[in-house]
Amino acid sequence: MRFFEDIKIGQRREFGSFTFTAENIKAFAVKFDPQRFHLDEEEGRKSLFGGLAASGWHVGSVCMRLLVDDSQRQASELIARGEKVAVWGPSPGFRELRWIKPVLAGDTISFVSEIETLRTSESRPEWGILEARHSGTNQRGELVFSMLATAFVPRRK
Amino acid sequence: MRVDWVEIATKCGHNLASRKMSPEMNKLFFEDFKLGHLGRFGPRHVTAEEIRAFAAEFDPQPMHLDEVAASRSMLKGLAGSGWHLCSITMRMIFDGFIGRAASLGSPGVNELRWLAPFRPGDDILLDVEVTEARVSRSRPTTGIVMFKMTASNASGQVLCEMTSPIIVQRRDAAAS
Repeated sequence: MRFFEDIKIGQRREFGSFTFTAENIKAFAVKFDPQRFHLDEEEGRKSLFGGLAASGWHVGSVCMRLLVDDSQRQASELIARGEKVAVWGPSPGFRELRWIKPVLAGDTISFVSEIETLRTSESRPEWGILEARHSGTNQRGELVFSMLATAFVPRRK
Repeated sequence: MRVDWVEIATKCGHNLASRKMSPEMNKLFFEDFKLGHLGRFGPRHVTAEEIRAFAAEFDPQPMHLDEVAASRSMLKGLAGSGWHLCSITMRMIFDGFIGRAASLGSPGVNELRWLAPFRPGDDILLDVEVTEARVSRSRPTTGIVMFKMTASNASGQVLCEMTSPIIVQRRDAAAS
């Protein structure tokens, strides 16, 4: 992963896509969110979602998976070029998470991340803090998911 | 045969005599969410196996998967993914009250903070508070209830705090 100094506001990166299926929607819902519209096609059709819909936490967790895969890809690229890889800190959280439209069985969601804010930490000067807007768009080009995530990023020594 | 739901409920120890006599009577509607502390849910015990299983599927970073790598990380030991904690919290509110609420889903999370890592063996408790409840302007048969949820471990350390609205049907709308 990159260091704080190498990151600029407005930088955008497409970091992956994922197809939600009836099977993976139900497998997540059974464990973590067994509301009827996440478990049964007919109940989903009768609900506000209009079809078997993925739990919002499933969509967020998939977004996380794609971010991790992408950061590992970026790290290998840096290593291949002989550059130093920054180890980011654990995330303190996020805000403005929006489940804008339902994610239904069969939908493929493509995710993009854009840097919105950058500042240095006052209490820990070896760290920078960034906010990145992660958003997900379905195969029809409709925005379905958005969140503003915070991350601790190390500064170059 | 006419079923007397009030009688059944009363025999089960519930005092629901003022409610309408219908199979829906145990359901929680918008009107049931009063401002203040709604309840404490759990404990939910978490194992190392489920921490690794969730991480393998959704957050395969070394500090969520491997004891040795985790002990060298900033989290200083195996810790669950923040998204795993969110998902467990969802299940706890489902079991606690959402499962019997006339919930239509949630538009999002206003703010979420991961304050401390959760560990294998933690018994998670969840405090839920209603901070706001208003009738929806765009869909007046529903209301929007704002929940503040605080997850903590058995020693009282706060792990995660979040504020999230849930859309709930109004009782009158359900009856008509």
